[in-house]
Amino acid sequence: MSTAAVQHNTKWWAGGKSPFNASYGKVMMWYFLMSDAFTFGAFLISYGTIRFSQNYWPDPNTVFNAFPGFGHQDLPLAFVSLMTFILIFSSVTMVLAVHEGHKMNRKGVEKYMILTIIGGIGFLACQAWEWTHLLTGEHIAMLNDGSLSVVPTTVSTNPWGPAVPHESISAALQATPHDKLVEIAGTLHHGGAAHHDMSALSSAELVNMIQASSDLHVTKTGPVAFGGYFFGITGFHGFHVLSGVVINVIMWIKTRLGHFDQRGHYEMIEKAGLYWHFVDLVWVFVFLCFYLI
Amino acid sequence: MSEHAVSSPEITFAHPPAEGTGRIWKVFWILSVITIVELVLGFGLAKDWYGDPEKSSGLILFVKGVICILSLAKAFYIVGVFMHLGDEIKNFVMTIVVPLLLFIWFIAAFLWDGDSWKNLRNRYQEKLPAKTEQVAPAAKEHGAKD
Repeated sequence: MSTAAVQHNTKWWAGGKSPFNASYGKVMMWYFLMSDAFTFGAFLISYGTIRFSQNYWPDPNTVFNAFPGFGHQDLPLAFVSLMTFILIFSSVTMVLAVHEGHKMNRKGVEKYMILTIIGGIGFLACQAWEWTHLLTGEHIAMLNDGSLSVVPTTVSTNPWGPAVPHESISAALQATPHDKLVEIAGTLHHGGAAHHDMSALSSAELVNMIQASSDLHVTKTGPVAFGGYFFGITGFHGFHVLSGVVINVIMWIKTRLGHFDQRGHYEMIEKAGLYWHFVDLVWVFVFLCFYLI
Repeated sequence: MSEHAVSSPEITFAHPPAEGTGRIWKVFWILSVITIVELVLGFGLAKDWYGDPEKSSGLILFVKGVICILSLAKAFYIVGVFMHLGDEIKNFVMTIVVPLLLFIWFIAAFLWDGDSWKNLRNRYQEKLPAKTEQVAPAAKEHGAKD
C-alpha cells in the first residue's frame, strides 16, 4: 500500500500525533463493535453448547424450507440465500458510499446510502416474513402425553422432533381430544370444509378423515431451546439491522443537508459503514450456525 | 491524498481515495462465490449427498468444518476490505484482533462442555431413579401404582 512507507519508522507514541492514526470516534466504534462481537459470540456459543448437549436437534433444512409464494414446496436454503445476498449487496453499496465520501462526492454518497437503506429494509421485510411463517405455521406434533396437537414454532413450543412412525399414529389419534382433532383436520384440509363443519363431526369421523390424508406427517415435539435461540439471536441481529437502517437514514439526511461538506470530510459515513458491515459480518455467522450446519 | 481532509491535525493519515472501485467489486464477487459454494455444500447436507447421516458422520462433520472455514474467509474479507481494517496501522489492528483470539478457547471449551453434558446425561439418566421416587418409601409405593 502507498501508506506503508509512512507507517514505518514513525514514533507513534512520542506524542503530538494519534498513536493509532485514526480519529477517536472511529477507534471507539471499532471497540464497540469488538464488544458487540463478544455479545453475539456468547449468544451463538451458548446456542452451540445447548445444541451439543442434546441427543436430537432439528435439521434446519426441514424447518427453514419455505419461500413466499411457493406454498408447501420443500425449498431448503432458498429464502435464506436471498436474505444473505440482500445483505452482501447492501454491504457493497455501503462501501461504495464510503468510497464516494472519500472523493467528497455528495450526490454519490446520497445515491449509495439510499440503496443501502433499501437493502436493509428488504432484509428486515424478509425476516418479518420468516418469523411470521414460523410463528403461525401449523405442524402436527405428538405431545409428551402421546396425543397429537397442532404446534407452531415459538420460544416455548417446537414441533420439529423426530418423525413418528406411521403405524403409531392411529393410537395417538385415539388419545387426542376432539377439539385438537378438529384443528388437525383443519390444517390438512385448507380450503376444504370450513372450521365449523369440522367441529360438527364426531371424533371417529375426524380420525378417519385425518388418516385418509396423504399430507399427514407427524413428528414428536423437539427441544424447546431451538425456538428461544432462533428468535433470540435472529431478533437481536434484526434489531441491529433496524438500528443500522435508522443510523443510515440519519446519515443520508445529514449528507443531503450538506453537513459533511461543511465539516470537510465524510468520516461519519465511514463510522456508520463500520456498523453496517458489522451487521453483515454477524449475519455470516448467524447464517452459518442456524441455517447451514 | 493532499486534498483529502482528515478530522484532526494529530492524524496524518486517512485512507487514500482508491483509484477505482475495482477492489470493492472483486471482494463482492469473492463473497458471492464463497456463499454459493457454502450453499451448495449445505444443500448437499439437506439432500444426504454425503451418505446416510447415521453412517458417514465423519464426512458430514468434515463438510461442516469446511463451511465454517469458508465463513471465516468471508469474515476476513468483510473486515479487511469493506471495513478497511487491513488499511489501519498494525498497532491498532492488533488491539482488535488479539482480544478476539479469546474466541478460540470460548468456542472449544463451551462446545466440549455441551458434549460432556450430553454424555453424562445419557450415561446416568436411565440408571438413576427419578428424584421423586427416591424421597421416601411411601412415595415409592405411589410410583409403583402407576
